[in-house]
Amino acid sequence: MSAETILFFVLAAAALGGAVNLIAQTHPIHSALSLIVVMVALAGIYLLLGAELLAAVQIIVYAGAIMVLFVFTIMLLNAGAEERTAISRAATWLGLPFAVILTVVLGWSISLSQAPTYAGPGVAMARASGQLSQLLFTSYMFPFELTSILILVAILGAVVLAKRDF
Amino acid sequence: MGDFLAANALLVIAIVKVVVVVFVLLTAVAYITWFERKVVAHMQGRWGPERVGPHGLLQPLADGAKFLFKEDPTPAGIDRFVYFLAPFLALSLALSTIAVIPLGPGQIELFGHRTWFSVAELNISLLVVFAITALSVYGVALAGWASNSKYPLLGGLRSSAQMLSYELSLTMSVVGIVLLTNTFSLRDIVEAQRGGVGRWFVIPQILGFVCFFISALAETNRVPFDLPEAETELVAGFHTEYASFKFAMFFMAEYAAMVTVSFMVAVLFFGGYFSPFPGTPAWHWTIYLPAAGGVIGGVLLLLHGLRYHTPLGRIVLPVAGLALTGVGVLCALAGVVEYIQGPFWLAAKVATVLFVYVWVRGTLPRFRYDQLMNFGWKFLLPLSLANLVITSLIVALMRPAQ
Repeated sequence: MSAETILFFVLAAAALGGAVNLIAQTHPIHSALSLIVVMVALAGIYLLLGAELLAAVQIIVYAGAIMVLFVFTIMLLNAGAEERTAISRAATWLGLPFAVILTVVLGWSISLSQAPTYAGPGVAMARASGQLSQLLFTSYMFPFELTSILILVAILGAVVLAKRDF
Repeated sequence: MGDFLAANALLVIAIVKVVVVVFVLLTAVAYITWFERKVVAHMQGRWGPERVGPHGLLQPLADGAKFLFKEDPTPAGIDRFVYFLAPFLALSLALSTIAVIPLGPGQIELFGHRTWFSVAELNISLLVVFAITALSVYGVALAGWASNSKYPLLGGLRSSAQMLSYELSLTMSVVGIVLLTNTFSLRDIVEAQRGGVGRWFVIPQILGFVCFFISALAETNRVPFDLPEAETELVAGFHTEYASFKFAMFFMAEYAAMVTVSFMVAVLFFGGYFSPFPGTPAWHWTIYLPAAGGVIGGVLLLLHGLRYHTPLGRIVLPVAGLALTGVGVLCALAGVVEYIQGPFWLAAKVATVLFVYVWVRGTLPRFRYDQLMNFGWKFLLPLSLANLVITSLIVALMRPAQ
């Protein structure tokens, strides 16, 4: 087994373990920490795939900025451990079957897929930062600008909500 | 042994580099505490550490021994896992950034393999530095939260808010340099500054430099931005409940972060490992400056040590002076003088930035919390954005027409 394969399994185990732990933990801070583990493990997998820029952005934006805000909010509100409640009826009758179906469909489509498949033009070369920006500002110009407008609207909405007098 | 070396040469080289760099960095961190206490003391008309060893030079050792043997009480009602995780997180993240910083030009020969003069050579090293900086807030924030105590919690909250706010202008202030050089690689950024003071990025990017330096002060929780540990308000801030070596780990993390930021300032704005003199033949004599500095410093130390007022000092200081003179002479030898240039100039620049750091601490009072937030969001961030807009305008106008 090559070093890459071992690293992949270690990172995948960390990501899965973090994801399971995120749900199993009762305290919000512990859940947030598990989510950070998932993010960092995913960044490691991106690195193994050669997508260095994506890995760095994943850590800077998700693990560094968004999760810091999560942790900050949990600390500020001083949220305590959540209480265990009996599992709801909707979760039993709808959630569990859907989880099983989703797992089966995902496993089936992964087993059918041929390695590696690419979603659109030039995705394979979008590894270096220069080529990525080239793609963003030519082929994918419209979705890119649309996303920035969406984010701008969200920021404005947050400001309006924060400024409102209750 | 020879077979093992041949088969795993890359691994062995990596381990050797890591061990050397971590050893040098930790020693430097220990002596920066001494340096800071001495400089601040002299600025305030005091002596500073003076009792342990000549000129207090053994003070870091004494401090280390004290931290190791102190009682380490664990407060009641803490979150045990996070409480123990926080200092490890803080120190390991602070130490790991140094890995991607280029310490010298070109490649060196080690065990018959050519290897870069840095621990790890990446083409996105600048982003890696920012990624690790972005994570380093967790050490402080989690320490404050896990201590189950009001002062640390306030310190942790303050530091999260402060580091989030100043990280924006820290990152924005460097985008100008990325625009000028078209690269995320720290080595390529240094290479773009080849050729003396005139090519340093501090001149075209003076706005970016001001933003970067101020934000870096805030990111490392240094005066005047040391609100997370404001001792007049918060006892000791986020590390109030930490004692013994866990406290020492936070302390080392802070100084290691300081060293890293000094390296970043030197690499991004002051030409990194290049000499400040242009590379023309008229300036060729400057490659002997490191040797001259070593010899002159060594002789002065020798003369001073012979007249020192304690017997130990009369032995230690002259020996150190002789050793420094020897190193200086060694630096003038034909095979060594080329290799020593990069590390020497980088170390000189880093030492200068560290001195400015300490100087700022000895001079400025602490900000109030609202002043800190106003300054970060309403002055520093717009300034770095303005720098970004101006730089991109100039880059776009100067670009050759296609």
